[in-house]
Amino acid sequence: MEAGSLNVIINAIGLLAFLGITFGIGLAVASRKLAVKSDPRIDEIEELLPGANCGGCGYPGCRGLAEAIVSGKVPVTACPVTKDHSPIAKVMGIEVTSSEERKIARVRCAGGNKEAVKRFIYLGVEDCSAAQNLAGGPKACAFGCLGLGNCAKVCPFGAITMSDNGLPVVDEEKCTGCGLCTKACPRGLITLWPAGKSVTVLCMNQNKGAEVRKVCKVGCIGCRLCEKQCPTGAITVENNLARINPELCIECGRCVEKCPMKTIKGEIKQEREVILKK
Amino acid sequence: MAEYLVIIFGSIFINNFIVSRFLGICPFLGVSKQVETATGMGLAVTFVMGLASAITYWVQKLLVLLNIEVLQTITFILVIAVLVQFVEMVIKKSSPVLYKALGIYLPLITTNCAVLGVTLININEGYNFLQSVVHGIGGALGFTLLIILFAGIRERMVFAPVPRSMEGFPIALITAGLISIAFLGFTGFKLNALFNF
Repeated sequence: MEAGSLNVIINAIGLLAFLGITFGIGLAVASRKLAVKSDPRIDEIEELLPGANCGGCGYPGCRGLAEAIVSGKVPVTACPVTKDHSPIAKVMGIEVTSSEERKIARVRCAGGNKEAVKRFIYLGVEDCSAAQNLAGGPKACAFGCLGLGNCAKVCPFGAITMSDNGLPVVDEEKCTGCGLCTKACPRGLITLWPAGKSVTVLCMNQNKGAEVRKVCKVGCIGCRLCEKQCPTGAITVENNLARINPELCIECGRCVEKCPMKTIKGEIKQEREVILKK
Repeated sequence: MAEYLVIIFGSIFINNFIVSRFLGICPFLGVSKQVETATGMGLAVTFVMGLASAITYWVQKLLVLLNIEVLQTITFILVIAVLVQFVEMVIKKSSPVLYKALGIYLPLITTNCAVLGVTLININEGYNFLQSVVHGIGGALGFTLLIILFAGIRERMVFAPVPRSMEGFPIALITAGLISIAFLGFTGFKLNALFNF
């Protein structure tokens, strides 16, 4: 290598290093002198928030929510993702009086490729909204899951996967209940449900029983058997569709056993059954 | 004295950075919705352009001395980035409202081509130190003038009955074009003769 070109390289490195160090020190001094005293609680709360910037709270990011919490605009429980709000409350010097139950997403359709009847084969864009716009989607059921995974795509926590049967499966451990999937589903099939309550009606079809039978093997036909069985009156049938009020449900499992279409599913907690009998 | 007046008036009216050299269009369109924020942006850019002109003059001398003029762009950008960081701190400290209003456009002064443009033009024109600084401040004043004028028009345009398809940026771009044409009227002014008193 020529001596001249070597000099150029040394000069270049030297000058840029010199400028970089000088400016770096200058900026460091300036940032000390010009430091803005912001509320230290904002940083503390931001640390406690999940940091995924999912936007489930309505603010652009966790920083925005932390600022809003400190300014008192929103309650300390405003983050739908955080499971335990008490550390945040502690920073703010208050106590969480009623800790709201953790909610998770529940997909209210059980009509996958095996169960639901298809009207045509959809080969378009892999997007539920697109399929919905094409003559109302390939499924004969106008309420059921389109199975193209808009909810799985939008989930920032990777909690939703599409099963082989073409239905979304929610990983209850990973799900934080941020509610992004409820907005992403063009048919509004996903609702936030208390995490502890597993008994759910996995259908949203409001058509009459005969019509439901034609399009799906597991659809709710509105037979009212569950309504009659329920000891706490948690189930009501409106518009040919059974609905469970999770606050009243004790998960005795009678509806799960009786449902002729196997639409109602959930874990049966035997202990409760025993308690009931007593 | 006359030559500095020529540089100032030339960079404000004849070779205006926005409407004649087409540099710095991004903040021109982005921060021109309110006169107040436009003024703040203009002042921030003026500060950065003036200081950048002054510092890059000496940096250029160093580059020539070390025979590494090829690094002109990268070193200038380094200088500008540092200045912008500094301005950001100053504004954050002195005026949180302005800091919020300028938003993302404040750090984006770093990539404001008018700032890099003025430093490179200074070198190309062979200006001395004082001329460089005057040109930097003059150019920035031209930028400020334009962005405030434009903001004033856009403030009024909000209430104007604009066809739906033209609302927002389309009509703003047309307005910018009309201002540019108006400034075309300044070309050919013989400033040397004007200030040769």
